Amino acid sequence: MKQYENAVIVSTNRLADGIFSTELCAKSIVKDSLPGQFVCVYSDDGAHLLPRPISICDIDADAGTLRLVYRVVGFGTDELSKKGVGDTVRLLGPIGTGYESVREGKDKPLRILIGGGIGIPPMLLLAKNWNAAGYEVHAVLGYRNADLFLLEDFKPYATCHIATDDGSVGTHGTVLDAIAADGLLDGGADRKALIAACGPMPMLRGVAAEAMKQGIPAYVSLEERMACGVGACLGCIVKSREVDGHSHVHNKRICTEGPVFPVSDLCW
Amino acid sequence: MNTSVNFAGITLKNPVLTASGTFGSGMEYSEFVDLNRLGGVVTKGVAVTPWEGNPTPRVAETTGGMLNAIGLQNPGLDVFLSRDLPFLAKYDTKVVVNVCGHSKEEYVEAVARLADTNVDLLEINISCPNVREGGIAFGTNASKIFEITKAVKSAAKQPIIMKLSPNVTDITEMALAAQDGGADAVSLINTITGMKIDINRRTFALANKTGGLSGPAIKPVAVRMVYQVAQKVSVPILGMGGIACAEDAIEFLMAGATAVSVGTANFHNPRVTEEIVAGIEAYMMRNHVEDINELIGCVR
Repeated sequence: MKQYENAVIVSTNRLADGIFSTELCAKSIVKDSLPGQFVCVYSDDGAHLLPRPISICDIDADAGTLRLVYRVVGFGTDELSKKGVGDTVRLLGPIGTGYESVREGKDKPLRILIGGGIGIPPMLLLAKNWNAAGYEVHAVLGYRNADLFLLEDFKPYATCHIATDDGSVGTHGTVLDAIAADGLLDGGADRKALIAACGPMPMLRGVAAEAMKQGIPAYVSLEERMACGVGACLGCIVKSREVDGHSHVHNKRICTEGPVFPVSDLCW
Repeated sequence: MNTSVNFAGITLKNPVLTASGTFGSGMEYSEFVDLNRLGGVVTKGVAVTPWEGNPTPRVAETTGGMLNAIGLQNPGLDVFLSRDLPFLAKYDTKVVVNVCGHSKEEYVEAVARLADTNVDLLEINISCPNVREGGIAFGTNASKIFEITKAVKSAAKQPIIMKLSPNVTDITEMALAAQDGGADAVSLINTITGMKIDINRRTFALANKTGGLSGPAIKPVAVRMVYQVAQKVSVPILGMGGIACAEDAIEFLMAGATAVSVGTANFHNPRVTEEIVAGIEAYMMRNHVEDINELIGCVR
């Protein structure tokens, strides 16, 4: 159930150029949070009305804290990054259907997590959970350059594969190039793999095409401009193959039916 | 202390309603707001058949406001009648259904199908700026407004509120046309047509190119229009446009609105409608206002 809470900032760190990590105490939100879900972050400034949807990177259920890792792209994220310990921020969450919607279980023991840029953070909590569930977890992380934010956080839970746009670390190119270079999907469906991906749309298109070609089940986490975050405004829709449950057209709401969708549900 | 108002023959326990399109049919916000505390819930526009709406991006933030071009995506009346109306019937609040259509015939068919339901009021959307047929094409032409109002009124069993567009030279002409056509009330303002350009992508922020501007940025325009219309018509006014707090709502009442709708502010604070109800009560206590009706149109 979604909660609207005044969260208290526990720490804020700069991880890389323009990338920040903010940890917040938000007990009522944390207790129900799952990998792939997100929170809406509200600005204190009444001239900036719309909440910023930010994925949950990690949670500490015992401490009641959640961690947001985000790129500063505008007013809202800049405001959040400048808040200090003890400052409060209004949050709504957890929002959306996360990776609990994954239907496959032990029959798909190889889990390939793909994160591109600011799509990397939501993969961390998923890596932790799937590692704890006994799956073989590989994290394919795509960065712009050698600023490898969160890499150390992934290492205890996943075998990491790096791609960089500038070729400074790992495979020169995209996450798809790293997957090919490291032979991660060689053997196709026989490997009993499952893919989870979050990142820019061209990357997700590439992942979806590869997964469908090889017959590997894949889930993607989508982003869209949204206003309400609760499924009322119908701003954040994505074209779906099946008729949606809300409007009975072909528009699933990213904030409600998503943000995680099986690639086979979407119109690529 | 009396907070109830008579709106076109319907008693609202207080003058605070939601604005169409920002609150779904109440279900999504009922986790955060006690709908029983509201004067009424105005549903998202519904048409005879489902509408797909516009491509994304459909929303964009602007300073003090936002643009939207949802395009009236809705499930159509069958789903609305079987799912949304029964949900709202559980609450002690008035139900206002916003009706949209591509043609006069579609509006008439929709209100006829809503005639024998638990709906208290009908708000006729002739002012959506984001659809090609219907919507604003009707709402900016006084003779069309007269014609549609007359047709809808003859088919409707509930009082009808004609929702007016601010994208006109003189909104009082439109309000008078609605009144002459038999409207029981008017609501204003719908959004103001606007545009935002994404300078990084070198294209429009909205896939529809233009969208409707809402939020605090448009409030002074809305207050002015409500005031102007209040001087010209005798039917009650449902005022809206950028209301974000109790003080904003009271401004609209003083300008001549009998009730108000709260829209975009829900996106900034999901509990805002209930907070506005409480804020109006607190204002009345502080200022020794015995009856909220004393405030309506008190500024002339």
